[in-house]
Amino acid sequence: MSNAVAITKSQEREGEKTKSFLARNKYLILRRITQIGILGLYIGGNYLGWKILQGNLSTSKFLEVIPLSDPYAVLQMFFSGAIVGVDVIIGALLILAFYGLIAGRAFCSWVCPVNMFTDAANWIRVKTGLHKEEKRINIPRSTRYWFLVLGLILSPILGVPAFEFISPISVTHRGIIFGIGLGWTLILAIFLFDLFVVKNGWCGHLCPLGAFYSLISKPASLLRVGYDLNKCTECMECKRVCPEVQVLWMIGKENKPVLSGECTNCGRCIDVCPENALFYTLRFKKSGGDKNET
Amino acid sequence: MTDKKPDPKRRKLLVGFLQGIGFSIVGGVVWSAIVTENKKDPLVLRPPGAYPEEEFLKKCIKCGLCVIACANRENVPFDRQGNKMVTLKLATPGDGKPIGTPYFIPRQVPCYMCIDIPCAFACPTKALDVELLRNEKGEVDINKARMGVAVVDYNSCIAFWGLQCDACVRACPLMYKAIYIDVRRNRRTGKHAMLVPVVDPDYCTGCGLCEFACPTDKPAIFVLPRDVALGKIGKHYVRGWMETEENVEEKIKEREKELQKWQPKTPEDYLNTEDLLNE
Repeated sequence: MSNAVAITKSQEREGEKTKSFLARNKYLILRRITQIGILGLYIGGNYLGWKILQGNLSTSKFLEVIPLSDPYAVLQMFFSGAIVGVDVIIGALLILAFYGLIAGRAFCSWVCPVNMFTDAANWIRVKTGLHKEEKRINIPRSTRYWFLVLGLILSPILGVPAFEFISPISVTHRGIIFGIGLGWTLILAIFLFDLFVVKNGWCGHLCPLGAFYSLISKPASLLRVGYDLNKCTECMECKRVCPEVQVLWMIGKENKPVLSGECTNCGRCIDVCPENALFYTLRFKKSGGDKNET
Repeated sequence: MTDKKPDPKRRKLLVGFLQGIGFSIVGGVVWSAIVTENKKDPLVLRPPGAYPEEEFLKKCIKCGLCVIACANRENVPFDRQGNKMVTLKLATPGDGKPIGTPYFIPRQVPCYMCIDIPCAFACPTKALDVELLRNEKGEVDINKARMGVAVVDYNSCIAFWGLQCDACVRACPLMYKAIYIDVRRNRRTGKHAMLVPVVDPDYCTGCGLCEFACPTDKPAIFVLPRDVALGKIGKHYVRGWMETEENVEEKIKEREKELQKWQPKTPEDYLNTEDLLNE
């Protein structure tokens, strides 16, 4: 009996190859288009005076009127004791509402430019099987929450928004738009850290901005990755590619959508799943029946 | 009595917590060191309407909207190679300035003192605040900008050799106010005048057009932040005449007007001053 199941599973795994390249990389391609597109709009905003998106990820103006601000940066400014303009507060609330209520931690995988570099490092890791031989350095994933709090504690002590002051995300994004200087060394450092030191080291372990978006998207964000246990063949492809593996704890166990705020909604698991057992869904939508029902 | 053995779960939690604290302190010290070192550039020049440096660093979110406003205004000048000369730029790692904050280097591109001040109006956090640029009439006025103050190095200024160079005065948007010409006797020849530039910090905005115009290899007139270049008298010195005399301000203004008459208009004017003719 169990033999028969194993055979069907291996057959199903063969079926994975029939999924076309585009289908296997749909969300990855869409993500890169979004990331690069947004960067392009910003670059055009600076060099060519385009009015669609001007500024950078810390604060920008959308269509010249709507302010958009990094809520964590604004929070640090409050902590550093600054009375800031109304614009950035509105902007921060808009962004907070967008990710907190709708998109989840999508900032990290769909917008943040650092993601492209860390993804590249991770891709090389998976391709080369680097992590099988490497000396494992254990940094807990909770470190980022300590950094998140530390950023807020240091802001009043140093009298500046502490993380915003050194943020590699800001340095990268600002650098791409306005000129990078020696900022590339920081990008290289993160790339090498992710490649040789810790798998998904920066985005998944250290980045306080990612931690911030994790926290705000945990309670209510609508867009989630759904999971159908019935379709799952437990090939574990999803876990191989997921940058935040711990959020996929239900694979093969429970019929539940991914509800952890740490999920970046990157959709890579959806891409690679040969059985379409993973898919984008809405938080409160019931998806898939119980295993017992079938 | 048996309960005295520590609960292993609680112990683990506690140790984990302490580890977190320890790690945070190590991280915090390194982090603070980087930030404090990076915060220090006493010579950085900020855009018009900027709050004093400490306050400015708190408020600036480093979005670059001021830079974009500066780069995309209508009257951006071009250099000889046809490149846009944009005054403001954002500090990158390696510039030695607080990363991501806007600044300008007058010798490269000075502030052209746009009347509509696009940079200050673009700021979403009020780190650049147009309220700081209001004049006596309550209008937003670029001449109220205090980005820095020009300082003259007399030893390298050729006007102090007696050569007639008034490049900085001519370049000054507040000509004869922020920089005026002081007529002095040329002690070398005895009969010629030296027309030397003198900066009035009460009017100087720190735009740096003088520094940009200065013909010497390394500019003899240059802009420094006001808190670096200017002294402060303190309360223990009192100008008695300000308190005893009436309408001092008006009197000073009248006297200034009188002095204005002495400003040379043509070369003959200063060559024919009584002072020289009596020799």
